[in-house]
Amino acid sequence: MAAVTSRAQRIGRPVSIIAILLVTAIFLFPIYWIGSTAFKPRNVATSVPPTVFFQPEITPFVKLFTKRAQLREQPTQEEYDAAPWWEQAIYDGGERVIKARGEPLLSQYPSRFINSLIVSVVSTVLAVGMGTLTAYGFSRFRVPGADDWLFFILSTRMLPPVVVAIPMFLMYRTFGLTDTHVGLIILYTAFNLSFAVWLMRGFIDEIPKEYEEAALVDGYTRIQAFYKIVLPESVTGIAATSIFSFIIAWNEYAFALIMTTRRAQTAPPFIPSQIGSGLPEWTVIAAGTVLFLLPVAIFTFLLRNHLLRGVTFGAIRK
Amino acid sequence: MTHIELRGVEKHFGALHVINDMNLVIEDNEFVVFLGQSGCGKTTTLRAIAGLETIDEGDILLDGKPVQHLKAADRDIAFVFQSFSLYPHLTAFENIAFPLKAMRFARADIEERVRSVAKILQITDLLEKRPSALSGGDMQRVAIGRALVRQPKAMLMDEPIGALDAKLREEMRAEIKRLHIKQGSTTIYVTHDQVEAMSLADRIVIMHEGILQQVGTPEEVYQRPANIFVAQFVGSPVMNMVAADVGEKGKKARVGIGGNGVTFEFPAETTNKLSAAGAQPGDLSLGVRPEGVLISPTAEPGYIEVTAGIIEPLGSHDIVDLEIGGDMIRARTPSGLVSGPGQQVWARIDPVQAHFFETGSGRSLEIAL
Repeated sequence: MAAVTSRAQRIGRPVSIIAILLVTAIFLFPIYWIGSTAFKPRNVATSVPPTVFFQPEITPFVKLFTKRAQLREQPTQEEYDAAPWWEQAIYDGGERVIKARGEPLLSQYPSRFINSLIVSVVSTVLAVGMGTLTAYGFSRFRVPGADDWLFFILSTRMLPPVVVAIPMFLMYRTFGLTDTHVGLIILYTAFNLSFAVWLMRGFIDEIPKEYEEAALVDGYTRIQAFYKIVLPESVTGIAATSIFSFIIAWNEYAFALIMTTRRAQTAPPFIPSQIGSGLPEWTVIAAGTVLFLLPVAIFTFLLRNHLLRGVTFGAIRK
Repeated sequence: MTHIELRGVEKHFGALHVINDMNLVIEDNEFVVFLGQSGCGKTTTLRAIAGLETIDEGDILLDGKPVQHLKAADRDIAFVFQSFSLYPHLTAFENIAFPLKAMRFARADIEERVRSVAKILQITDLLEKRPSALSGGDMQRVAIGRALVRQPKAMLMDEPIGALDAKLREEMRAEIKRLHIKQGSTTIYVTHDQVEAMSLADRIVIMHEGILQQVGTPEEVYQRPANIFVAQFVGSPVMNMVAADVGEKGKKARVGIGGNGVTFEFPAETTNKLSAAGAQPGDLSLGVRPEGVLISPTAEPGYIEVTAGIIEPLGSHDIVDLEIGGDMIRARTPSGLVSGPGQQVWARIDPVQAHFFETGSGRSLEIAL
C-alpha cells in the first residue's frame, strides 16, 4: 500500500514532534537542574549565569551522608594523604568529618530516608490491601446502601487535608502518636484508602463474576476463589493503585512536617531543613533530592507495563 | 448415578417472581434441556441447582438428599458457563486441572486425568496454551474438559455454545451430544434456541415467566404442545394461531377462521370432541404448523381457494403467506410450487396436524383427530 500523506500531515508531523519535545523539555528541566546541581562544585552551583559544563564531583553526596564541622586548623600533609578519598573531599571544602572513636558519624539523612521507606511501603500495603478487600465486597455482594457508603468513603477526600491538621495534631498528641512511625502510617493509610477502594472497585468490576463462580462450583471456597482468581486477575489494578498510593505517601510534606520532628521524620520535611542558617548548601540539598527521587522512579519503572494498561483499563467501560 | 429433583422451588428477585413453584424430576444419565426466552427463570433455576443462587422456598434434592443449604463447592456439580469462564492467567492444562487441585489430587493423577479428558475432547495439542490464544470452540472444549475432569454427579451447562458462530455451534452441538452418549452423566442444559433443545434433549423443560410450561420429549412438545405458549415457542416457522369457530355442514364439521365466513372442512367427530373437551364458543383457537397447511395448485375436493402473499424460498422448501379471511397463515410447500405473490392456490388444513386451544387460558384441549 502506498503511503498517502496530505499536505497537512506532512507539515503536521514535524510540528507535533517539536511540540512533544518542547513539552517534554519543560517537564524534565527541573529534574535536569536538580540532577546537575547535585554533582556541581559548591561555588559553581550558585554562579550567575549558570554553568552548563563543569567537572562533576561526588562531594555533595559525601557531605549528605556525613556529619561535618568547620575546619579550625588545616590537616597536616600526612593526615591528608592518609585520609580516604571521601574525607579528602571534605577537607578540600574547608570542613572535617566528625568522628566518634575514630569512626565517621553518619548524618541524619539515611535515617530520614529509611523512615520514608518504612512509612510509605507499610501504608501502601495496608491501603491497597484493605482497599482491595473493601472494593471486592462492594463489587460482589449486595451491601445495603452501597452507593451511600462509597460516597462517604470518597467524601473523606473532599476537603484539603491540611484543614484538619490542627485537630489531627491535638488527637495525635493525646494518643502519643506524634513523631511515631505508626502515627504517620495510620495517617497515610487513611488518606489512600478511599482512593484505593474506588480505583480497585473499578478494576474488580471488570473481572467477570463467572470466574469466581466457576471456582466455587469447582470446589473452592469464596476466600480461595479470591486468592486464586481475583487477585491474579487484578494485578494490573493493584500495581496502578500501589504506585499512586506510594507516590502520595512518599511525597507527603505537610503532615510529616507537623506530626514528626526527629525519630519518625521523613525525608520531605528533612531535606529543606538542611538549608540551615549559614550559606545554603544547595549541592547537598540537590543530592538529597536526587536520591529521594530514586525509589519512586524504580518502583514505577518496575511496574510500568501494568501502570500503562492500568490507568486506562479500569476506567473505561466496554 | 445421579437423580435430581426440584420440589416446590420458589425464588424472588425483589418483586420479580423468577421461579414459581417448580417441580421436576431428572433421572440418572438423562439429558434435560431448559428452554425459554431470556428472563424466563431457566438460568436462575440452573444456578440454584449448582448452588450459585439461593432459593426462597422448596427443596433441591440430589440423589434424594436436600442440598439447597450446601455451598456450591460441596454439591459436586460441574457448571459450564456461556462466557466459558476460563481463567485467563492459567494455561488450558491448568484450567482443566483447577477443580482437581481443589480436591487435592496427587500431581500424577491430575496429569493422567487431564490428559485423558483432553484426548476425548481432542485438545491435547492445546494444553499449554493460554485461553487468549484459543478459538471460541476450543475455549468451550477446555471449559467442558474442566467440567468433565472430576467426574461430577451432574453437568450443568448455561448456553454453552451461545457465544459461538452458527457453523461452529452446529459442530459443537453434535460434539456435546456425542460426548453425552459416551460419558453418560446427568446433564441439564439451558438454551433459548429451540433447535439446540430439540436436537440434544432426552426431555425438554419449557419455562415462561418463572412457570414451568411443559416437560416432555422433543416429539411430545412438538406434536402435543400443552398450551399456546409452547406451541408457538417450539418450531420454526412459528405455528399459525387463529381464532376459530366450529359449525356443521352436511356430514362434515366446518372450522371457520378469521370470522369472515371462510371455513375449512374437518372430520365430523370434531364437533363432539370439542364439546366433550369443554370448548366454549368464542374462546377457541386453532393452531396449525406450516407443514399442516396443505396446498394444491389446482382445485381439489375439501380445498378452498386462497391468494398467496409473500414467498420465502428456503431451498429445500418454501414458506408461503396465505391470506385467509383477513388472517395470515403460513404454509410450507415444496420449492417452487407457488410461483409468485398474488397467485390463486387451493389450501386445506390437515386435521391430524391441527391443535385446538382455549384462547383465554392458552390451555390445549388435547384433541387428536
